Amino acid sequence: MKPVATSRSVTGIPTGRLAVWWVVASEIVIFGGLLGSYIMHRLGHPEFGDYASHTNTAAGAFNTLVLLSSSLSVVLAHHAAENKDGKKAFRYLWLTILGGLTFLLVKSHEWSTEISHGYTITTNAFWSFYYTAAGLHGLHVIGGMVIMAIISFEARKGRNLQRVELIGLYWHFVDLVWIFLFPLLYIAK
Amino acid sequence: MSHAEEQSFFHKYMWSTDHKMIGMQYLFTGMAMALIGGFMAYVFRMQLAFPNIAVPGFGQVSPGQYNALVTNHGSIMIFWVAMPVLIAAFGNYLIPLMIGADDMVFPRLNRLSYQIFLLSALVLIASFFVEGGAFGGAWTAYPPLSAKSQYSLTPLGATLWITAVALEFVAFLIGGINFVTTAMNARAPGMKMFDVPLVVWMIVIASIMFMASVGPLIAGAFMLIFDQTVGTGFFDPDKGGDPVLWQHLFWFFGHPEVYVVLLPACGIVAEIITVFSRKKMFGYKTVLYTTFATGILSFFVWAHHQFISGIDPRMANVFTVTTVLISVPIAEMMFVYIATLYGGQITLSVPMLWALAFIGEFLLGGVTGLFLGASGADIYFHDTYFVLAHFHYTFVPIAIIAVFAGLTYWFPKMFGRHMSEKLGKLHFWGTIIPFNMIFIPLFILGAAGQHRRIYSYEHFPELATPALQDLRVLATMSLVVMLSCQIIFLYNFFSSTTGGKKASRNPWKANTLEWTAESPPPHGNFPTLPSVYRGPYEYSVPGREEDYWPQDQPAETR
Repeated sequence: MKPVATSRSVTGIPTGRLAVWWVVASEIVIFGGLLGSYIMHRLGHPEFGDYASHTNTAAGAFNTLVLLSSSLSVVLAHHAAENKDGKKAFRYLWLTILGGLTFLLVKSHEWSTEISHGYTITTNAFWSFYYTAAGLHGLHVIGGMVIMAIISFEARKGRNLQRVELIGLYWHFVDLVWIFLFPLLYIAK
Repeated sequence: MSHAEEQSFFHKYMWSTDHKMIGMQYLFTGMAMALIGGFMAYVFRMQLAFPNIAVPGFGQVSPGQYNALVTNHGSIMIFWVAMPVLIAAFGNYLIPLMIGADDMVFPRLNRLSYQIFLLSALVLIASFFVEGGAFGGAWTAYPPLSAKSQYSLTPLGATLWITAVALEFVAFLIGGINFVTTAMNARAPGMKMFDVPLVVWMIVIASIMFMASVGPLIAGAFMLIFDQTVGTGFFDPDKGGDPVLWQHLFWFFGHPEVYVVLLPACGIVAEIITVFSRKKMFGYKTVLYTTFATGILSFFVWAHHQFISGIDPRMANVFTVTTVLISVPIAEMMFVYIATLYGGQITLSVPMLWALAFIGEFLLGGVTGLFLGASGADIYFHDTYFVLAHFHYTFVPIAIIAVFAGLTYWFPKMFGRHMSEKLGKLHFWGTIIPFNMIFIPLFILGAAGQHRRIYSYEHFPELATPALQDLRVLATMSLVVMLSCQIIFLYNFFSSTTGGKKASRNPWKANTLEWTAESPPPHGNFPTLPSVYRGPYEYSVPGREEDYWPQDQPAETR
């Protein structure tokens, strides 16, 4: 039973959307801190460029394409939800989840290759950052997929369609973090 | 909004989504942790006053145990007492009531935040019992001491400690979302931004500052955990890392954090001084704008904790300027408070005594900060007891004095009964006088060069003089007196919940909305949700018969 407070909206912005923006803001500070530390290290250690040459740029580029497309599919899911088409939203949400799954599969292939070539989290500071940053991002992808799945089942029944937009917002943020990770870890060699 | 009257004990007390119950959960957990943190202070101060003599109730204090005691005392008091009580307990209890809402906007998320917080406390307590013992690398946890078990000698304790801290951060991030969205969106009709009581503003701004500052340290916590357990070298120069990186990540959070806890304390004091001087806040907008200024500036002072860690002296100059600057808006806030009191019809009730003590003691703490903020002077003072006395003169007003002010003020609302005024005054003096007698000697000891985090000064000839040792004994004895007097509070608090004089809705004749609800408020708070017609501090308005004007009373025709 929701309290009256949940449906009030003094600012005019729906409360759920406000909350997701605050979540995204705090996550930006977390990733900002991590990536800022990486950049400071990188500036002081030019040899990171050499270490980074062993990352798989093609896989990274493919994953970027996958995530960007999945952001498109989540926008289409939102559009369907706006038109009260819960079943269509469900399909587009699962397309997005599929995108996330593809991303994770490519990443696990990358990581197993890199580890088998001897590049582990303890190899040197570059690789420590690489696995930590991409790993934290990956955890957020997994979390997003789980929440998206839960929302999709509600949406298919026509319930809480406003949440499709909210998980979409979060997914765009996850995509955005990757847009920073890709140049920092793959392109800058 | 209604719930079935028959709620099981579990549902009502342990699985509640009611903001008032969750607030109480945070309050009692915080109070329990305060007893643990206070006990730790008793033990290590006894060791300092009577070195190597077994402490009654604890036993012999080894150097490693001393380090673990001071580390966990500091960590507990900041993360498991100040934050949960000032922000989560008062914030949860007061915000929906004071803005005229029936609960927080996300009650189940609220419950989750408490559960994660409780888990963090349990993880920390678990660290006391693992092999090797509790972490002893100071609450600041600088690597390599905190990262390498061959230095810390507490491999399990160190990882449990940082895990507990990280969980606490997550709990407060989640809780903060509730506070901010509720205050932004769930206000009563007619409650404009400048009609919101200052304590609500303060808790919301504190939550925003927390969210904006804790991120890099969460990243740092992951890095530290990996250094400790996996063998990465984020902070290890041999592996391409940098220990000073941790310092920056820690203090970028650590400094705004002290204002995160200061702001709610100032908010509590604001509510009390207006009610008990029957005067409006001298400058509501001034207080608000100085708070914004303090909040923003607080992100630009952090390296004053690192003046002698090897940072570029030119950077130290910059941080000296910003640090000294930040005293201006805070001082302005205190001056507005004093101006609020001036000419008022003062009642020296127990909450008012605490609020006045806050202002006086905090000002002393603040001015001693200037010596530390000046990088030149800090070369001498860094890591001495001068620093310690400075931050206790600020933290104790924040985490103890303002908390007692708030608890004695809102007790009638929370429990529907009054605490004993007599016992309250006895507790007040039995806390304030010993408090000063603990820390003034410590200022003197610090100025004499006594360094922090040393378990005994027996082997430092210049510090082992009888005169200085007498000061240590004086401080310790005063602490024992102060801790003993807290029994008065505990007795007063708990016996009054059932045996105190019954309280009316508005015993203090205050304006803010929580005083229009029953004492204690039922689930849902208000049978009819209120509307708001004016600001929160309309006291002694000329031409009116009553010297107060509740926010929810419609304007009469005069």
